[in-house]
Amino acid sequence: MNKPGHLTNQTKAGLLFAAPWLIGFAVFLLFPLLKAFYNSFTEYTILTPPVWIGFENFADIFRDELFWKSLGNTFYYAFIAVPVSTVIAISLAMLLNTKVKGQAFYRTFFFLPALVPAVPLAILWLWLFNGEAGIINAIIEPIFGIRPNWLGDVNLAKNILIVMSAWGVGHAMVIYLAGLQQVPIALYEAADLDGASPLRKTFQITIPMLSPVIMFNVVMAIIGSFQVFTQPYIMFPGGAPERSTYFYSVYIYDAAFRDNRMGYASAMGWIMFLIILVLTLTAIKFMDKKVHYESN
Amino acid sequence: MAKRTLSQQNLLSVGAIHLVLGLLSIVFLIPLVWMISTSFKTVEQASVFPPVWIPDPFMGGNYKEAWEYGKDQLGGVAPMLIYARNSLIVCILAVTGTVISNSIVAYSFARLKWPGRDLAFAITLATMMVPFPVLMVPLFGLFKDFGWVGTFRPLWIPAWFAGAFNIFLLRQFYRSIPMELSEAAKIDGCSEWGIYSKVILPLTKPALAVVALFSFMGTWNDFLAPLLYLQQQETWTLAIGLQAFRSQAGGAPIHLQMAASTMVVAPVIILFFFTQKQFIQGIATSGLKG
Repeated sequence: MNKPGHLTNQTKAGLLFAAPWLIGFAVFLLFPLLKAFYNSFTEYTILTPPVWIGFENFADIFRDELFWKSLGNTFYYAFIAVPVSTVIAISLAMLLNTKVKGQAFYRTFFFLPALVPAVPLAILWLWLFNGEAGIINAIIEPIFGIRPNWLGDVNLAKNILIVMSAWGVGHAMVIYLAGLQQVPIALYEAADLDGASPLRKTFQITIPMLSPVIMFNVVMAIIGSFQVFTQPYIMFPGGAPERSTYFYSVYIYDAAFRDNRMGYASAMGWIMFLIILVLTLTAIKFMDKKVHYESN
Repeated sequence: MAKRTLSQQNLLSVGAIHLVLGLLSIVFLIPLVWMISTSFKTVEQASVFPPVWIPDPFMGGNYKEAWEYGKDQLGGVAPMLIYARNSLIVCILAVTGTVISNSIVAYSFARLKWPGRDLAFAITLATMMVPFPVLMVPLFGLFKDFGWVGTFRPLWIPAWFAGAFNIFLLRQFYRSIPMELSEAAKIDGCSEWGIYSKVILPLTKPALAVVALFSFMGTWNDFLAPLLYLQQQETWTLAIGLQAFRSQAGGAPIHLQMAASTMVVAPVIILFFFTQKQFIQGIATSGLKG
């Protein structure tokens, strides 16, 4: 932009049209990201200016049991909820793709839960898993003769969030269904001529042809589930029972806005960013070798 | 298109698929049915075990009670009315900004040539990896310096500056429109703005509808940002109000919680039924073009 006279009309127009984002990127993304990086080496509250303390925050974080606990819970959630939801989403999509009558109705039924906003979702599932009068126990008790205390049991509580994520697979299901409809029928016809079993067709045609879609959506889902906040924040205040549902985002929020340790929270934020970066790049690298891309 | 040969074996497997799909539909719908059922029960019936499915008596008045619950704190005005109004204001401002800004920016990335464009686009895509919690603290400081904390501004002004996901989605769409259209308009003497607003924009209405829908959903559902910036009860959105409804002062009884939750879910589901086609297509496009 230093020599406006030399810019072509297209360049001028291009930059002008892109300006909202270039400004937004600088102000609402790059600046806070760099500021958080700087702040992670400082100690400050919302009212006092940052004081440089070097790597002390990071040293403290790695000694902080609660950090490891929340990180562990978050990994547990991301690495169980995402694969479980993905398998369910693909299975539902494949069932719908059999083109049975009423496909649109079934698709709507499976999709509806994905529309429920996070806050009513959390309130509803607290009620469903209520140990005294919840519908889950009303179904389980006659069959298994037990009435688990879902919300209060250290080993059970986390898994409620995984069930909730599995319930909301509608979004992913719609994507996989669209992906399945792009798989050329000719491939299945050829396999039929060779007498391939349905199972073999699934693993040798469907899944490989779907793999770029799976990769993209799994990566996005992992990034998303790493930031899970609203449901645990509402359902399990303080990560009860015994911090078993204390998640990384909730800890960052608490460190910053409850304990007023802004530097510490910034350092935790940057660690989260680095973890997501590493996970995403690893996933892309790993999938690049395995994923089948259509030549286009 | 799948092959449809009506051998007996096929009939059998079609029946089995219907059975499986039907059972799964029930599993997926039970929680919602249960929410609605509880919302019409008396407080006693809401928590009997084993549970009752059909409310008896049928308490339609629960909705009025939930709507007005805690109105004494707000000088007699129904809190849900205030929350709904706030959510609507934020949604309208955010959706308008999202549609306008992303449409313009995506046009630049898709149909204009400028030095550094492809690098800028790669960086734009990479920003999808930046988690919100890392930005949360500095953004709060920034908005505090702007004097925006306690107002709706942090919730909608950033929406007017576009975002990676929507740029990406719209760019795909803009690129599918033949360049010849733009060239013809240029020969006719159209400026870039003219080409964008008169030629391309009218063709992209379906894609913009999708962006508007997603943006509405995202804003309506958002909990963390309103939690950070809105302290006064008069400024709360539905997400914050509903959470307070459950947690504050011992919390509202469960049948009212379910009625209030149903009222927050219902607009989204109604919107979905009216826009189902765009909705489903929009989701499919957003996930496929990766």
